[in-house]
This record gives sequence, C-alpha cells and structure tokens, in this order.
Amino acid sequence: MRKKEEQDLNDAGNSPPKEGAYVLRLFVTGTSPNSIRAINNLKQICEEHLQNNYSLEIIDVYQQAAVAQSEQIIALPLLIRKQPLPERRLIGDLSQTEKVLKGLGLSL
Amino acid sequence: MPSKSNKTALKASLPKTPTGISGLDEITGGGLPKGRPSLICGEAGSGKTLFSIEFIVRGATEFGEPGVIMTFEEKAEELEMNVTSLGFDLKKLQKESKIRIDHVHIDRTEIEETGEYDLDGLFIRLGYAIDSIGAKRVVLDTIENLFAGLNNLGILRAELRRLFGWLKEKGVTAIITGEKGEGSLTRQGLEEYVSDCVILLDHRVANKISTRLLRIIKYRGSLHGTNEYPFLIDEDGISVLPVTSLQLQGIVSTQKVSSGIPALDNMLGGKGFYRGSSILVSGTAGTGKTSLAAFFANATCLRKERCIYFAFEEPPLQIVRNLQSIGVNLNTHIESGLLQIHSARPTLNGLEMHLAAIHKKVKAFKPRTVILDPITNLVTVGTVSEVKSFLIRLIDFLQGENITVLFTALSLNTVVNEQTDEGVSSLVDVWLQVRDIESNGERNRGMYIMKSRGMKHSNQVREFIITDKGLDLVDVYLGQEGVLIGSAREAQLLSETTGAALRTHALTQKDKEIQRKRMVLEAKISSLQEEFDSVQDQLNKVYVEEDLKKEIMEQNRKQLTQLRTSHNSDHGKRK
Repeated sequence: MRKKEEQDLNDAGNSPPKEGAYVLRLFVTGTSPNSIRAINNLKQICEEHLQNNYSLEIIDVYQQAAVAQSEQIIALPLLIRKQPLPERRLIGDLSQTEKVLKGLGLSL
Repeated sequence: MPSKSNKTALKASLPKTPTGISGLDEITGGGLPKGRPSLICGEAGSGKTLFSIEFIVRGATEFGEPGVIMTFEEKAEELEMNVTSLGFDLKKLQKESKIRIDHVHIDRTEIEETGEYDLDGLFIRLGYAIDSIGAKRVVLDTIENLFAGLNNLGILRAELRRLFGWLKEKGVTAIITGEKGEGSLTRQGLEEYVSDCVILLDHRVANKISTRLLRIIKYRGSLHGTNEYPFLIDEDGISVLPVTSLQLQGIVSTQKVSSGIPALDNMLGGKGFYRGSSILVSGTAGTGKTSLAAFFANATCLRKERCIYFAFEEPPLQIVRNLQSIGVNLNTHIESGLLQIHSARPTLNGLEMHLAAIHKKVKAFKPRTVILDPITNLVTVGTVSEVKSFLIRLIDFLQGENITVLFTALSLNTVVNEQTDEGVSSLVDVWLQVRDIESNGERNRGMYIMKSRGMKHSNQVREFIITDKGLDLVDVYLGQEGVLIGSAREAQLLSETTGAALRTHALTQKDKEIQRKRMVLEAKISSLQEEFDSVQDQLNKVYVEEDLKKEIMEQNRKQLTQLRTSHNSDHGKRK
C-alpha cells in the first residue's frame, strides 16, 4: 500500500508566510487503527492549513522494512517534514492538532 | 538404565545458548537461556556493551549463530572502533552477513508526540535485521534510552513488554542491557519484563584498584553459581573467573617430584613433593625463600619439564643473577625454553587481573610447576580475604591441571605457630617454614616442615645452609646445651673431635700401663714358682734321704740278722 499524493504547487495563495513547499512523509503500519487515524488527521490538517502547498508520501513500513533503518524509525506512525528544513519528526496518530501544527511550524 | 535416565535429565533441563565468554558458561551451566531474553545490568562502564558484543561475536564466529546488535547509544562505527582493540572485526563480520549492527538514533528534541503511537517501527527494524541474516542472537543496548527519547511511559512499558514477548516468539536468544538505577537493578525496572535471567555487572574500586564483578541474580529453571565472580576485560575479551570451581574434584597424583634439595626430599619421606600439590614456603626476610623456590624451579627444568616463575619483587634478570651466586644457572633453562620468569609489581593491577594473567600464561605455556614469589606483596592490592580467595582459585585451577605450585610468603613475626598473613596455610598441602635462629651473636637459618599432607615427614629442625654451591640441610646438633647451630655447631663438632683424639691417647697410655703391670706380675709369678720349686725340691730331698736311710737301715738289720744266724750254726758244729 503505497500512496503518493502530489498536490499542485501552483496555488500557493493561502499558504503561510514560509518559503518553499512542504514535503511530508508519513510512515504507517498497514491499516492499524493508529495508522488510519494518522492518515485521516494528516489529510485534514493539510487540507486546512497547507492547501495545495505540499506533497505527501505515505509509506507502509511493513512493505519496506529496510526503510525503517535508513529513516531511523522507532515509533509509528511517524510524520517527517522533509521540507522546509530543518527536518521535523512527529510521532503518534496526529490527533493533537495543536501539537501537529506546532511541530510542522504552522502555529496559528 | 542409567544412560537413558541421564538423557532424559538432559532433555528436561533448560536449553541453553553458550555465550563463548570464558568462565561464564561454566557458572551458568551452559550459557544463557536459549530463545529467551536475558537482562544484563550494571553501572556505566561496567562492561555491559562489551559483554553483549562478545556474546554476538562469539556466537557468530564460534557457534555459527548470526546475531543482531541494536545499539541505542553508540553509532555502528564507534562500536566497531571500540571493540577492535579486543580483536573483534565487526566490519568483516558484517560483510560476511554474520552480524548486523543497527544504530537507533533517538532525540527528544527532534520528536513531537502528537497522539497514540506504538513501537512497530522498532519491531519491523529488528525483525528485518533478524530475518535478513537468520539471526539467532540479539542484543539491545541499552533499550532504556527509549525512555529518554519518548515521553509516554504507559505506551513504552506496554511496548517493551510486547517486544520481549515478541523476541521469545521469534526464538532468538536476546541480551537486553540496562543501566543500574537507584534502589533497583535498572532505571526503568526492566527486570520486571525480563524475568528469565538477570546478570548484574559491577565495578568496584577499593584502595584505588578496581575490580569487576559479575553476579547472576536470577536464572529461572537453572542451577547457577550465586557468588560474585570477578571478571576481566583484556585483549581477549571478557573472562569470568569462578571464585571456586563448583566441585572440589581434581586429579590426584601419587607421583612425587624432587624439591631439588636431596636433604629436603629426605625430610619429606625420601622423594619430595606430590605432583600437583601446593607448597608454601614461609619465613622472615632473608631466610632463603627465593633460593628454595629457584631450586625447585631448577629441579623442574632439569627434569625437562616446564616451569613458570611469577616474581612480584624482582625483575627476571636480577633473579637470574642472584641465583648464579648459589650455583643455579637459570639462564640455560630460559634459553632452552623450559623456564619463563614473569615479573610484575603487585600494584600493577588488581588481584583479578593478576589471576587472569597467571591463568592465561599457564594455559599458554602448560608448565608442570608454577612459582609465585612472594604472595605477601599481593596484600597491598587486596584485603586478606581477597588474597585468600585469589589463592584458593589459583590452587584450584592449578590442581585441576595437575600443576605443582610453590608460594613463598613473608611472615612478619617470628612466632612459628602463627599463621602466615594470607591465612593460606590451611589451603596448602605442604608448608615449609624457614626461620632465623639467633644465638651466639649470629643469625642462622632453620627449617621445619610444618605440615605435609599424605606423607611421612621429618619432625626435625634442620639447619638450612646456603653456600655458593647450593642449598643444603644439615642436622642440627643436639647437645647438652640444647640445639646448636651455625658456628656453635661447628665448635661443638670440633671439640668433640679433639675429645675423641685425647681419649684415644689416654686409652693407649692405660693399655701400656696394664701391659707393664702384667709383665711385672708375670715376673713375680715366675720367681715365686722358682721359689716353690726349690722348696719342693728341698722337701723331696728329705723324703728321699729318709727313705734311703730307712732302706739302708733295713738292709743293715737284715745283714745283721743273717750274720747272727750263721754264728749260731757254727757254734753247734764245734760242740
């Protein structure tokens, strides 16, 4: 299960005053409850706060076990903000929206 | 059938995975519980990481069991570098797919917790690593670092419990390390989860000298040694040294070996010490303990047997030089490879290190005789009881190998019956005491055999003489004035010789006198005989004369009678 949702980067009107687009990677474990919740929560947050200014890659670690070592994965679900730098890591089902926004640098 | 019951007993016992760490498998009766996690805990620097890496490396190289090291502290490269000094080539082993190292980096500042999570990532990583090389062994070093990186203790604890269960399911033998906490074995109470086998490593410094100790706190379903076992980390990795071997069994030899001094052999029933026995030579300073030891070493080498001499006071060359002065040439033995002399100050390292060094050298050289000269100095690096335990283990080890060992010990008092400082006199089989005997303004050496197990031995004090030709034991002189030694003995012997000469002289004088007396007497006797003979002659002469007179008178009377008769007839005729 590998989803890749590339959003169009042209529409950057509502994006926060940060340069560049958001490159996000979400690591999940199949269809575990935490994973489903995380995917849903993230999508919602992205829709609300990033609109089209982001790219999201959802990776199932079960299917790509090698990536777990290379990405230093321990706790899942894990969301990594690859861009903009510095890299940020968020673990959990992303249900605490405030913390997610803070972690992504999208504080209101 | 006994063999069958033995087999079933073996089957019933817990399957174990040998660690390959020397000594540990002996204590645990085979190693760590197979297919279960074991906890190794201890303070920082107690050797947990090394312990676990050795477990993996030995598994991969000696037992054909690949292993995974998951490190939460050091990076793979750091780890590789750190253990190179122990001769472990982790890089090569990784290339050969015998081991796999995964460094788990976790940093609280980089991580934001945003809700429910689990440690599936860790499971997947570990599972992937295990499956990729078919690992049988796993090390998690130190998993408690997770607690520093993640906040949700509830999740962590639940996940750790699940992890250990999962490891069991995987059937891998795992080592989990944990830092010692306040009042508990590990900071996060890992011992609650890992309950099959718990080993505590400790690192103590006493008198500025450190000792590493290992103790098995728990080993479910298995017998194990419960003592604190000292262990060492050196260029060959970890070696655990059993305080005593679990059983008091060993090879017992009835063969005897010469002490190198014939007179001493005589005191010991004629042939010397039993092979594989332990001998203690104690005495005050300068009584010739080292000389005795060297003679024994020399005798060993002359029998074409190997000998190791551990000197704690003198460097090898000094020993060789000093012994040349009493006619022992150790150099030839060193050159022929029969003798090794190792010198080290006792304070160089702790007792355990010394013990391990001795173990190692003995294992490598395989001598028949080991000499420790002197053990007294070891007290400077350990307490009396530690030294005793050191010696017990050493004696056990050497007797197990049927090696004869000779210790020298300095006794600080001159009271013979008092124990040596190390209290080892009860451990040894033979105890020789060399002591100073001071009299007539000179110091002499006397030797006793305090004990000698299992053989008839002399109860006599002998004078122990060191000359430039060697050592000898001389019977002391027991005179009217008591025990005489040294020049007093010589003087006594001299005066005895003089006395004897004088006596012989006196005797000859007396003999002559008697001879003369006899001659006088004989002369007298012969003169008396003469006298007697003359008297007898005189007396005989009277008898003869009287007889003659009587005879003549008889004849005369007869003649007279005849004459008278014829006269009468004539008369008749005329008438």
